[in-house]
Amino acid sequence: MSDDELIWRIAGGSGDGIDSTSQNFAKALMRSGLDVFTHRHYPSRIRGGHTYVEIRAAAHEVQSRGDGYNFLLALGDSFARNPQEEAYYGNEELKPLSENLDELREGGVIVYDEGLFDDEDLEEIGLEERAEENDWHVYPVDLRSIAKEHGREVMRNTAGVGVTAALLGMDLGHIEDLMEDAMSGEIFETNLEILHEAHEMVEEEFDLGHDLRIPEGEHETEQALLSGSNAIAYGAIDAGCRFIAGYPMTPWTDVFTILSQNFPDMGGISEQVEDEIAAAALAVGASHAGVKAMSGSSGGGFALMSEPLGLAEMTETPLVLVESMRAGPSTGMPTKPEQSDLEFVLYTSQADSQRVVFAPGNIEEAYEQTRLAFEIAWDYQIPAIIIYDQKLSGENKNVDVEFFDREPAPDLGSTLTEEELKEAAHDASGKFKRFNYEAAEDGVAPRSLPGQKGGRYLATGNEHSPVGHISEDPDNRTFQMERRLEKLEAIRADLDDRESNQTYYGPQKAEYGIITWGSSQGAVAEAIDRLNDDGHSVRGISVSDMMPFPSDELEEFVESVDEAMVVEMNATGQFRGLLQKELGRYGEKLTSLLKFNGNPFEPAEIVEGYEVNVAEEAREPTAQVRIEPAAGD
Amino acid sequence: MSAFNAIGEQREIDRDEFTPGVEPQPTWCPGCGDFGVLKALKQALPEVGKTPEEVLTVTGIGCSGKLNSYLDTYGFHTIHGRSLPVARAAKLANPELEVIAAGGDGDGYGIGGNHFIHTARENHDMTYIVFNNEIFGLTKGQTSPTSPKGHKSKTQPSGSAKSPLRPLSTSLNAGASYIARTAAVNPNQAKEIIKEAIEHDGFAHIDFLTQCPTWNKDARQYVPYVDVQDSEDYDFDISDRREAAEMMHEAEDVLNEGTVLTGRFYVDEDRPSYTEEKQAVGEMPDQPLAERYFDDDAEWERSYDLLERHT
Repeated sequence: MSDDELIWRIAGGSGDGIDSTSQNFAKALMRSGLDVFTHRHYPSRIRGGHTYVEIRAAAHEVQSRGDGYNFLLALGDSFARNPQEEAYYGNEELKPLSENLDELREGGVIVYDEGLFDDEDLEEIGLEERAEENDWHVYPVDLRSIAKEHGREVMRNTAGVGVTAALLGMDLGHIEDLMEDAMSGEIFETNLEILHEAHEMVEEEFDLGHDLRIPEGEHETEQALLSGSNAIAYGAIDAGCRFIAGYPMTPWTDVFTILSQNFPDMGGISEQVEDEIAAAALAVGASHAGVKAMSGSSGGGFALMSEPLGLAEMTETPLVLVESMRAGPSTGMPTKPEQSDLEFVLYTSQADSQRVVFAPGNIEEAYEQTRLAFEIAWDYQIPAIIIYDQKLSGENKNVDVEFFDREPAPDLGSTLTEEELKEAAHDASGKFKRFNYEAAEDGVAPRSLPGQKGGRYLATGNEHSPVGHISEDPDNRTFQMERRLEKLEAIRADLDDRESNQTYYGPQKAEYGIITWGSSQGAVAEAIDRLNDDGHSVRGISVSDMMPFPSDELEEFVESVDEAMVVEMNATGQFRGLLQKELGRYGEKLTSLLKFNGNPFEPAEIVEGYEVNVAEEAREPTAQVRIEPAAGD
Repeated sequence: MSAFNAIGEQREIDRDEFTPGVEPQPTWCPGCGDFGVLKALKQALPEVGKTPEEVLTVTGIGCSGKLNSYLDTYGFHTIHGRSLPVARAAKLANPELEVIAAGGDGDGYGIGGNHFIHTARENHDMTYIVFNNEIFGLTKGQTSPTSPKGHKSKTQPSGSAKSPLRPLSTSLNAGASYIARTAAVNPNQAKEIIKEAIEHDGFAHIDFLTQCPTWNKDARQYVPYVDVQDSEDYDFDISDRREAAEMMHEAEDVLNEGTVLTGRFYVDEDRPSYTEEKQAVGEMPDQPLAERYFDDDAEWERSYDLLERHT
């Protein structure tokens, strides 16, 4: 646990502006030269209910939310004061303070809104004793009154940021700049006054007993603060995607929203439609007509897409779908992450169906692999799925701006021009042999688009002849089926020729391995560093290619270690199951570390899991360690 | 009329142009009403000046779904009930395509009912032909959403307890801007209605009565047949929603009593199509999106241009 980092947690009621305040503060920290990583915890409610956002900031790279936190700004829940709300949910007023103490590190700082709590409340929480026990430094400030004096009680967030800056010795410049960008006129002036008043009040009235100060850092290049949803949306834009159809569902809605807001200016089309079956079917229709199209959803909505997904595969219509996982089954926990749709996404749709599935593990991978998904889908005329989760979707991280400085890739892959169609094979009646297995390379038979001269054919979800007529001829069936299956092998070979999508951690040779996938990556990476620093011998791999699976690469990895622990956020070890299927006898070396309580892994939990799971000598070969719910989690 | 052959040469076209040269031959039963739709379409398309390359027919599943196997245009045979969302997007992606969607009464009014309502509501510029034979044909004779109350089938052996769906009224309430009913027994009327529907700028819904001689033997051949435009007994303003609604109710009430009222029931020439509505709010590109990918000079905006708001 490094001391040179700030993990600032702002807690309040859902709808109290926690999100926007923290977004701006994270940007201010980034602009001051620090690496930042945000983690958002919120209930499935519109207004009221305990919510918090954590911002981790350090002069070194940060890849996860970290362990616990060291600065709490507890604002109170303004919606909890509604008597009707209270009758239903109980008094949540205290939660921003009471619910957040378990993870506050020793020596940490607490700022709470003094006006909200009376002595009785504080006694109930046991704040004084706990503060003494943990060496916390508690600063009660009447944030609400400061804001109220300026006529805007709601701006107590700003007062909180002012207090934070003063307590951390932070310059207000970046915060002011960001406020100026976001607002204007009287609102801006009032916020500025509140910010300064709160800042000055701390400097004048408080004796600072804590050591925590803002770390000093510097970026050599310009940085942008981006969420996983931003990265996926931008990857799609740069891949030439200009059509999106969807139905809102948390957390997929973010990608849908970002593209819907940007498409009008860049000549793209966004459609919000009646349901997810329609959404995916629209993407198929747009792609068939010649536009790079995508759709997506979260678990329950994605379930409805299995029909159009199979249709896309059979008609060889390129398509990208994104699936943002949340805790399930069924509606589950809409705002909590889980990695439990892997098996579902791999096998959605009936029969011997195949698709490409990428599972990016961080913001940069989300961008890269979305671009790649479009490229592969259009080159091989196959659906590609990006599977990620609520955590990656909502977390923000600073990324080098130059990372995005590359040309868009708008060509339609294996699609013929009218000139090329003249040379292509046609049947006796002049129909284009769209599904011509004899001319296919790597299983891919080039396609035409409706409206093109000389490209007329029938696309059908039934088995079909080379021109697209429905056919139950056994020979044709065998040829067509084998041709379509051949694509996945070709894609594997194609991916093998490129830079690997898998990310490695730790030394090249080590005794133990940790294998993970998707958004658990960051916490695993930090845990591996920590374990090696502590004298263990651990290497790690974060796997992104789910289908086609990089079996050789994983075999090599697992062969190189004595044992390996598979870390994932679900209750049944789905990824471990996939590994065992793909790795055969090497699968015996695997154990599991599972967490499925709705909160993502912290690095310390992985270190702990490693200690009981891998390093324990009397371990059963199939041991599964589950993270037990911690109090207050 | 002219079209392009396989290698892009232009030549005169007629209805034969829309007939596949070699195979397949229709697998519909002898006497099936679906032949009537196919014939009417083959006649109508050249008469409205469409070439096979300009037309995209999108079908669902069922006997109706095979329409584009026997009609030589660009075709997309989709899945049960899903022809409309696929067709909608194809039209948005390339508004220059003439999009004709088709489905059956089970396909279009049952499993695809939700899509039907929303496509009509949005008034997409396309023609939608529903082959209504009041029965599930290809799955061998189950009760469909338009089967009359009391209809007995293997899945409803005591007779259906449900009243039939009212396709014309549903369409009107949902927002279709052209609504007509025709039947395979009157090919001339069918052809004229299809031509009008294609030329109509908006969602044109045709409830096409197609008798099923195999699974719905009780069903009439849709006679006696009355064209509400030709008959002096039915005088109503086709552009007036109220009058149209009344006519539709009457047509739906009497269908199972032996009188088959057909013709145009509602035409709204003023309602903008969905593409126009989308253009009006600034969310529809001026040029067909599909063409941009073949344009070497097209300027593609990059995510890099959007980063400023994140720095």
